[in-house]
Amino acid sequence: MRKTILVNGREMEWEENLTIDEILKRNKFSFKMLVVKVNGKLIKKEEYKSFVVPPNADVKVIHLISGG
Amino acid sequence: MKKITYSQFFSKHDRKILPIIRKATVGIAGAGGLGSNIAFSLVRAGIGKLIISDFDKIEPSNLNRQQYFIEQIGMPKVKALRDNLRMINPFSACEIHEIKLNEENIPIIYKNVDIMVEAFDKAEMKQMLIESWLIRFPEIPLIVASGLAGFGDNEKIRTKNLGNLFVIGDETAELDDEISPMAPKVGIVANMQANLVLELLIKNSKR
Repeated sequence: MRKTILVNGREMEWEENLTIDEILKRNKFSFKMLVVKVNGKLIKKEEYKSFVVPPNADVKVIHLISGG
Repeated sequence: MKKITYSQFFSKHDRKILPIIRKATVGIAGAGGLGSNIAFSLVRAGIGKLIISDFDKIEPSNLNRQQYFIEQIGMPKVKALRDNLRMINPFSACEIHEIKLNEENIPIIYKNVDIMVEAFDKAEMKQMLIESWLIRFPEIPLIVASGLAGFGDNEKIRTKNLGNLFVIGDETAELDDEISPMAPKVGIVANMQANLVLELLIKNSKR
């Protein structure tokens, strides 16, 4: 059976060694400054290329936009 | 200089929630468009104490959205803001830091707050605060603003809740560095942040 993850509530296909960086590329998250949480846990920017996302993970990505 | 008494200022405040607000300490990172507006609203609401940091000085172009006045141009923002707040409600304490915030000093300056509010301009600073805060103080709510450029589109301004992280804004509009956000939307987002502060204080006091 296909394994999936959720990215901002939308289903995406899971595969082995799926990193945050890969998820951001495939979903075209274009802004450089982001907040990423996997299953409620914050993943820091320097871990985007190394953190591997497990199947059925709930991934939340928020754009941080300058202005204030 | 005119003076008022505590009971004069608070005569029309909701008696049930006032004690909770009076006991609260709220941290604000930044005293610009968001920070100054958030501070004004929380002080009018009677907040017990604010801790506010900003290294910047007031420039003429700031007046298009920040709660400062022509007479104050050239002053450090945190000093002018404290002066302004005291002219509104002298019963709210205001601790100021004229400093550039970073991962090292944020936990020292803000360690005793009940709620933390992000009011920076640059996205890099927003990210720095979020990453250092959520790891160091995961149990203290953090309210961040993202996306407040331009005008109109009231219905696009939303609050997202990720555990103890709240993000308010339209999360879409980014103007280039030379153009500042405009007063109405800045005020809306800042007041949504302040409004959420009150909501969390009241909700958390019931636990």
